[in-house]
Amino acid sequence: MQSYIEALLYSAIRAGTPLLIATIGEIYAERSGVMNLGVEGMMIMGAVTGYMVTYMFNDPWIGILAAIIVGGLISLIHAFLSITLRVNQVVSGLSLTMLGLGLSSIMGKKYVGISLPVTIIPIKIPILSEIPIIGPSLFSQDPIVYISMILAIIMWIILFKTSFGMKIRAVGENPAAADSAGINVFMIRYICVLIGGMLSGLAGAYLSESYTPAWIENLTAGIGWIVIGLTIFSLWNPLRALWGSYFFGGIRALQFRLQPLGISPNILAMLPYASTIIVLSIGAKETIRKRIGAPSALGKPYIREEKY
Amino acid sequence: MVIKIRFERRVSPPKYLSILYVIISILSAFFVSGFIFKAYGINPILAYRIIFTHAYGSPSGIYETIVKAIPLILCSVGLSLAFKAEMWNIGAEGQLLLGAIMATGLALFTPTPPSIIVPVMFIGGFMAGALWAVIPAILKVLLNVNEVITTMMMNYIAIELVRYLIYGPWRGSKEWGYPITDEIPDAAKLICIPGTRIHIPTLAIAISTAFIVYLIIMRTTLGYEIRVAGENPEAARYAGISYLKISILSMIISGGLAGIAGVGEIAGIHYRLRYPESISMGYGFTSIIVAWLGRLNPISIIIASIFFGGLLVGGYVMKMILGLPVAVVYVFNGITLMFILVGGVLSQYKIKLRG
Repeated sequence: MQSYIEALLYSAIRAGTPLLIATIGEIYAERSGVMNLGVEGMMIMGAVTGYMVTYMFNDPWIGILAAIIVGGLISLIHAFLSITLRVNQVVSGLSLTMLGLGLSSIMGKKYVGISLPVTIIPIKIPILSEIPIIGPSLFSQDPIVYISMILAIIMWIILFKTSFGMKIRAVGENPAAADSAGINVFMIRYICVLIGGMLSGLAGAYLSESYTPAWIENLTAGIGWIVIGLTIFSLWNPLRALWGSYFFGGIRALQFRLQPLGISPNILAMLPYASTIIVLSIGAKETIRKRIGAPSALGKPYIREEKY
Repeated sequence: MVIKIRFERRVSPPKYLSILYVIISILSAFFVSGFIFKAYGINPILAYRIIFTHAYGSPSGIYETIVKAIPLILCSVGLSLAFKAEMWNIGAEGQLLLGAIMATGLALFTPTPPSIIVPVMFIGGFMAGALWAVIPAILKVLLNVNEVITTMMMNYIAIELVRYLIYGPWRGSKEWGYPITDEIPDAAKLICIPGTRIHIPTLAIAISTAFIVYLIIMRTTLGYEIRVAGENPEAARYAGISYLKISILSMIISGGLAGIAGVGEIAGIHYRLRYPESISMGYGFTSIIVAWLGRLNPISIIIASIFFGGLLVGGYVMKMILGLPVAVVYVFNGITLMFILVGGVLSQYKIKLRG
């Protein structure tokens, strides 16, 4: 029984890690007022890039670096369209997702069925990994898992305890007021969208290089959309995203553990998507009750009063 | 000499300019996508020639283009209504599949008399698609749950539902274990234009729906309310327009039309339920671009659907001739959408050059 729980927790955290990384990124973008529905596209581009570059250079970390760069570059398209040109953010994000899904399957065609020569090796943290239950599940993971946990904490601190974080939140709540207070609204939004893209790229690379690890067309299979749901569920808070992601990771882990019971794998495959809808609906009630809402300027382009 | 470029805002862009910018957007998308062909060592001009000659250059090509345009018209006309009401339905793909499931189920497993099976399938398909769309609509209206996410999630659930049915309870008894259902009875098959796969009833529904929706938007109170509710919810509330009614109604129509498209694919093309990706070549997603390209105007959408129908045909031909993945089409779709957005912004400005 203990080993069963350990195994379940272990896979919940592994499955939750790409969700967590990308959700932190989307939280930053949305906190600054920009909704980026291109997460799925940026993520899958990160996944294919990470896989290809790792294969070419025989080093998973160069692959991850490349994925971060590519994710960031793609997000800049959305930043330019939605911040500078002020186009409809929903449609712009969708175009990013289409581009990413198409481009990745072309780029990765040669890599389908080819396995990586190297992967990211798990590190057992001394002493901590000896603790029953949480030791094997929490402290015997690969470095990206640890990095993502630390990232959640650091990004929470930046967002809520630093002046930079305060500027981000101000820009997302009331850009006009932030602007008149001397904050560069456009710059902050560009940075936040870029952070979102880079983290989506990283999350994608984790999927292809460590979690799966393989490249297949449409590898992300809707994870990017679950991330957007998680961002709302997390109430735009990186620490809430931490356990939210592991909860969803747990559902994914459960999906594979229920298979021996004879339930159709296709029905089980619906679980993550159905639970996203259910959790968002339940969460929405709480949001209404507590009166916590999205950043007020979310999705609204900022138009500076033009001077002539 | 320094040339300064100045942008001045227009009061409202003239119509010819909007059309011009749409054309420029598409040409730009072709230009940028050309680099992808280049990267594959394929001459882009050759690739485009192949696409266009196969999609529009021969009678058989044009027939196939129309076959692909039918579901695109249905889905994107529905989407235009939903988008106008600011309901971001990106779930047409799933709604279409639900229509396909319903059509197959009615044709295979109900004792519906052969004389009425076709209309029953269309009505059932509409209801199934509408049901799939109305769940996100209700969640949005009552609990303010983001419909973009829920409609997308419903897509994935629909895809798994189709797979479940064809691998499980609906798997055909006469199909040697392939994951497909049995063929639907002849009475349920739609009449096609002889020598083509153009299923007449669905085409007729698609075209007439486009005109009806156009009239609804332009000439009726409901259309007026949808436009106001979408553009200015605050004003709509003061005018006594029910946001609840508008949102749910626009989603029912939108989902229902996608469901009808699904019925057409089953009863007109495949005659059985099979892999979700075989039933729909991403029609639901492509129709988002089609709707946007047609500026949410149902009549323009018919033209845009024929254009994108041709691209889908061309994408398939490229796979056969040049060995390129069909995904090239999706790349082109994404880039086109981006350029349409940019073009939409540019058309609102006058560009002035000063020496």
